[in-house]
Amino acid sequence: MLAVSDLKIHYRTLAGSVKALDGVTFSVADGEIMGLAGESGCGKSTLGKALIRLEERMMYAGGQVTLDGKVLPIADHKAMNPYRFRHVSIVPQYAMSALNPTRRIGRMIDELLDARGLKGSTLRPELERRLAILGLGPDVLGMYPIELSGGMKQRVVMVLSTLLDPSLLIADEVTSALDVASQKKVAGALVEFRDRGYVKSMIVVTHDLAILAQVADSILIMYAGKLAEKAPTRTIVEAPAHPYTRLLLGSLPEVGIRFEEKRLPGIKGRPPSLLSPPVGCRFRDRCPLAFGKCVEEPPFVEIAPGHQVACWKADAHAQG
Amino acid sequence: MLRYLARKLFIYLLTFIVAVTIDWAIPRFMPGNPVDALVSRIALMPDANAALTSYFIAAFNFDQPLWQQYLNFWWALFNGDLGRSIMLFPTPVTTLIGRALPYTLGLLLPSILLSWYVGNVIGALAARRKFLDNSVLPFGYLLTATPYMWLGILLAWVLGSTLGWFPLAFGYDQSLKAEWSWQFFGSLLYHWVLPFASLFMVALGGWAIGMRNMIIYELESDYANYLMALGAPQRLVRKYAFRNAMLPQITGLALQLGAVVGGALVTEIVFSYPGLGWLVLSGIQNQDYFVIQGVFLFIIVGVLLANLIVDIVYVIVDPRTRVGLQGDAA
Repeated sequence: MLAVSDLKIHYRTLAGSVKALDGVTFSVADGEIMGLAGESGCGKSTLGKALIRLEERMMYAGGQVTLDGKVLPIADHKAMNPYRFRHVSIVPQYAMSALNPTRRIGRMIDELLDARGLKGSTLRPELERRLAILGLGPDVLGMYPIELSGGMKQRVVMVLSTLLDPSLLIADEVTSALDVASQKKVAGALVEFRDRGYVKSMIVVTHDLAILAQVADSILIMYAGKLAEKAPTRTIVEAPAHPYTRLLLGSLPEVGIRFEEKRLPGIKGRPPSLLSPPVGCRFRDRCPLAFGKCVEEPPFVEIAPGHQVACWKADAHAQG
Repeated sequence: MLRYLARKLFIYLLTFIVAVTIDWAIPRFMPGNPVDALVSRIALMPDANAALTSYFIAAFNFDQPLWQQYLNFWWALFNGDLGRSIMLFPTPVTTLIGRALPYTLGLLLPSILLSWYVGNVIGALAARRKFLDNSVLPFGYLLTATPYMWLGILLAWVLGSTLGWFPLAFGYDQSLKAEWSWQFFGSLLYHWVLPFASLFMVALGGWAIGMRNMIIYELESDYANYLMALGAPQRLVRKYAFRNAMLPQITGLALQLGAVVGGALVTEIVFSYPGLGWLVLSGIQNQDYFVIQGVFLFIIVGVLLANLIVDIVYVIVDPRTRVGLQGDAA
């Protein structure tokens, strides 16, 4: 069980700190696959990374993360290390280039496990078994990364990242660089690993709502460093309450509609700068429903069981 | 692998033939005539001069057509014969080169290998310590931008002329006899320091900068980030980064070899050091076709051999080239 409360992460830049993550509070239950979606720059990847390893220019600015009842020391690089891989793990966005190009894959994995105080050889049978689940033979361990296709590398990384049965897995844009067939395989693998108990809970970061509809139990929508809406996948797809979620879904193509006659609606305007974000609701400049009260910041409140929204008009929509 | 080697060898052979042909042609494009110079040095009566000139021209086969001279040259080359020196007639060129070669190798090998090794170590350290990065690197840029001869002259002026710590010229004390004695050996070493230092220092800066940049690049690469996200200790990440950063440095070593040979020529001339550089300079001044040809031939062979060795080493250390080969052969 992961609980994040009021987490703030800023990026240091010459112009000042960019508030990429400006107080987010949510939780992921055991066995839950939570999709994390939003447009570029909304903070979804920052959130994913912050839970395992802050990059050099990322600055912890407040908040707390607890995993299985223990506080994760995410701000402390050293203290966080014992949790990485064993309790929190990541399938990075760049899985294609995540393996050292000059080491045989098996040897690299052994060296990593040895460096973490584990015995590579004792984990080898389990490693091979899990590779087989994803359709990879044990011979890939004797190969160099360059000898594998992109999809194969991605699967190797998935197996390696989850080898120690972490409590939380962050899958960061894992399907972005893949063709549709591989996307489907990877999405299936995520669910399979959860079902087999290799991973307790999962955060799938993506901008691809179609993938989330296939794998996620719940979806969290972010906008400009803040949470917009969290609900079970079905609710998000069928009865979204936040105007941003609706517009986001409305801009997706639908099967059976020819877009020659009908233009896909987009969302007009651009998200606000996070260098000095505006007060009040951050979506209000682009929101068709905006009214006077939106200059105050809407709280992220539960409007139905498991359905939270940060919008002053959410109640009315959910009912209407 | 064999196919790769065969292809490489073929390319090297081709390069060798072209380079040797150019090597043969260039001295012959020089204005003037070496025999005239030689004869005028002997300075006999005009009649005797004419006889001597025709004798030498026949002796060096300069009366034959160029294509015949070219073929003769290749034929002689395969028999290990580089001809006889004109300026020091009749010493064979091979003897002259044999005399000069130890000096050049004694300068080049230590300076190339030591600067490469020390430069890589300094660069790797600079990549992880801000203090070193800010102090050593600007100095490295300065060194690598310095022309060999300028640094040589500077060293000779400061350490040799002004302070008088080191001798200014020659391979050993000219009052000594070349023999196997401690005194002679000491003198050799003493005269070796300045030319070595100038070659070493110029090369050092470049290696340090290259290594530092490569390590930083590798430490920011995706696999390094992934390993760190999985909690791998710095030691492992650095080990990988260092190993991968070495690859371009190995290529760089091969590419630098040619330039360093050139640097050695200039340095030897600055210090009147009796190596190949000094020999080739006197060869050019005296229009000694055979000496110039012979020395350049040596340099050509040396550079090609060094590159071939690096090619083979690269296949061993970088699996990606190996995969490339397989793809190529298929």
